[in-house]
Amino acid sequence: MISNPGKLSEHVSRSPEETVLLGFEFAGKLSPGDTVGLAGELGTGKTQFVKGICDFFDVKDKVTSPTFNLVNEYRGSKIKINHFDLYRLKNISEFREIGFDHYNTDESICLIEWPGIAERYLNYNILKVTFDHGKTDSDRIISYPDF
Amino acid sequence: MITLAIETSCDETSASVLENEKVMSNVISSQLFHTKFGGVVPEVASREHLKKITEITYEALKRSDKKLSDIELICATSGPGLIGALLIGLNFGKSLSAVLNVPFVPVNHIQAHLYSNFLSGQKAEFPFLGLIISGGHTLLILAEDFFKHKIIGSTVDDAAGEAYDKTAKLLGLEYPGGKQIDDNSKKGDKDFHKFPISHLKNNEFDFSFSGIKTAVLYFLRDIDYNNNDIKDEKLLYDICASFQETMVKTLFDKTLKAAKKFKVKNIAVSGGVSANSGLRERFYELKEKGYNVYFPDTEYSTDNAAMIGLTGYLKFIHSKNKEYYKLESLAQKAYPKLNYSEF
Repeated sequence: MISNPGKLSEHVSRSPEETVLLGFEFAGKLSPGDTVGLAGELGTGKTQFVKGICDFFDVKDKVTSPTFNLVNEYRGSKIKINHFDLYRLKNISEFREIGFDHYNTDESICLIEWPGIAERYLNYNILKVTFDHGKTDSDRIISYPDF
Repeated sequence: MITLAIETSCDETSASVLENEKVMSNVISSQLFHTKFGGVVPEVASREHLKKITEITYEALKRSDKKLSDIELICATSGPGLIGALLIGLNFGKSLSAVLNVPFVPVNHIQAHLYSNFLSGQKAEFPFLGLIISGGHTLLILAEDFFKHKIIGSTVDDAAGEAYDKTAKLLGLEYPGGKQIDDNSKKGDKDFHKFPISHLKNNEFDFSFSGIKTAVLYFLRDIDYNNNDIKDEKLLYDICASFQETMVKTLFDKTLKAAKKFKVKNIAVSGGVSANSGLRERFYELKEKGYNVYFPDTEYSTDNAAMIGLTGYLKFIHSKNKEYYKLESLAQKAYPKLNYSEF
């Protein structure tokens, strides 16, 4: 896990495709066992970013929104990616009961959309990526601590 | 043959008893527990399924006037769904089958939606094109015969029901608000604004619904929708109607295009979004063009055990190797993701 995050680095994406690429680049810095929170309003590119991360780890499965299923599991060539979406969850006990601790292993990476509940559960020991709308309609600002 | 079916793939705990293809009872937790205890029911936890499953099963038996000893076949959902939730129903079903010494049929939840079109008065006829649209899934399936089907398109991002629910949220409606959008759109002007939808180059029958919610988001921002203290109801109705028009048109156009390409005249729509009245109206218009259009009764459009029971029963009677369901099927594991090779 990332112990001492540095200053925030900001990236501007001008299209969904660029967001996928930024996710791909970001994934190069991740290690098995990491947990990443993806925070941002609807339509800011969180799922696209996850697609990029999954591409990096050679996931062949289709990456889709887990809002309804709460978690999608993807198999990469070396590790497993657990893609959570806590949009529908109300509290920490629900988060615990969907089996987060069972998914969160040293051989996998957990990516969590709408991570508010998870941040509290994990005592903020989570790498947080934030997504914002930019100057133009297609711009997105994606920020995360240097690590 | 008397079948008992269990469904626990996501939020709903459900049990159903069928006599051959006829549903004798279909008990769904949100209905039962709402009336019984009132108040809020925690939805997602597998522990909640565990608490409710026995009572729901007994309620299904009671309503069908059957005893556990009358059961000749047990079916349960094995996937796709939330793993913890699936395991409860699957293991409950397996254990009952071992105790009662009757065959056990694991059922694919998506196939069951497809066969929910056989539960209503007018049964779908093969070959048909199945459009499955719910909060978690959006699929186009070509069904040639019993258990001969293939997936020809699916969503690359959000499910259709999800687009409805998230747009409802942007409009300040309570989540999940798909039904409210449908209701509001009846009072609005569908030509008020054109919300764009993505067209995919790789597979013309795949869907993408992630972009439309962003389009709604920008539209609302541009008109400063959420900063107006007094909500203009007419405006809300018009936005709902315009959004609904894009959704219905996309689902309808792709399905019709696929029906033409694969030369099928039967179209069966299922899943929670199939309850949408605007969508039903649009598809029913096809009847005048020589198509047969099927929708399940609304009771069977959302997740329910009756469709699991019918699918399991059909799978069993169409199987050449019935011995498989007496022992080997008990080794079936729960699986969270949709496996294309199953189709």
